[in-house]
Amino acid sequence: MRGLAILLFFNFVGVFLHQWARIPLPGSVLGLILFAAGLFSGIIKLEWVESTSHLLLRHMLLFFAPVVVGAMALSGVLRQQWLSITLALVGSLLIGMLITGWTASALMRGRDDQS
Amino acid sequence: MTSPDLFRNPLFGVSVTVIAYALASAVHRRFHWAHALLLTCGGIIALLLAGGIPYESYKIGGDLIAFFLGPATVALAVPLYKQWKRIRSHAKAVLTSVAAGSICGLASAGLLVWFAGGTRLVILSMMPKSVTTPISIELSRELGGSPELTAVLTVLAGLLGSVIGPAVLRRLGVRQDLAIGLAMGTSSHGIGTARVVRESELQGGASGLAMALAGIFTSIWLMPVYWWLGAHAG
Repeated sequence: MRGLAILLFFNFVGVFLHQWARIPLPGSVLGLILFAAGLFSGIIKLEWVESTSHLLLRHMLLFFAPVVVGAMALSGVLRQQWLSITLALVGSLLIGMLITGWTASALMRGRDDQS
Repeated sequence: MTSPDLFRNPLFGVSVTVIAYALASAVHRRFHWAHALLLTCGGIIALLLAGGIPYESYKIGGDLIAFFLGPATVALAVPLYKQWKRIRSHAKAVLTSVAAGSICGLASAGLLVWFAGGTRLVILSMMPKSVTTPISIELSRELGGSPELTAVLTVLAGLLGSVIGPAVLRRLGVRQDLAIGLAMGTSSHGIGTARVVRESELQGGASGLAMALAGIFTSIWLMPVYWWLGAHAG
């Protein structure tokens, strides 16, 4: 329970900062950033949170299944706009993937040459 | 007719989702080609349609399950922390490539829908689709898109990336394990990570790290879009 308590605490702080300080990042992402800072600074020990985090991440699919079920009301949008949706899905997947891969390869190669 | 009150009890949505997920996971263990998410959601949709149960009734319990997306997002810091220690010698390559890949991914997603004549709702729902589902859903809500549409687009991006990603990357000159992992995690989040973790531990680790980093970067890149939308809203 300690792990879940810590995760919920950071989630709550993130949502609070989002609403109160109007930081334009989702509360859960703010919680993720703060929790990562807690781990890197050593304030939070990995073993306190490791098993709970592993459990939640392993069953992530269960948690977003209800949202995907909600998309059945959107079949009209998907049917009408399938062309723009397909084009953007395939095109932006390739662009995002290749830009990441090429940038990483180029920077690592540059580093290897120097050493 | 059955009592509609029973379906409005949160226990209905919660138990249907958990039972469907448990059955789908069992089927997936026997037959690996059967995707657990498609089985879970397909099963729930079939049940709702067959029973004439309104989605609004299911959603009362479904929202309780979806609540855990929040703490699960926070939990992404754990793989981020663990993998960072392993590959921090490549910090500059990791941060630069994930930052560049996520901004190009979201900009091209929005521009391609706009170019092909898609509506504003589809543009806003498409932009966050490369990042892990709990974050993409939240970003879509913030932008004024449809979280449900974004959830489907995110899953499709993940599935497509996991099928064609490694082959396309190798053919186009991306051959190091670290670079392949980063590219998969940035563009195809958890589903892409699950694909490459079978190839090598380094690819899986880099992909898991990139997936958490891309979620943070994409959230930050979208900040000017909120301001722009706010300035043009009225």
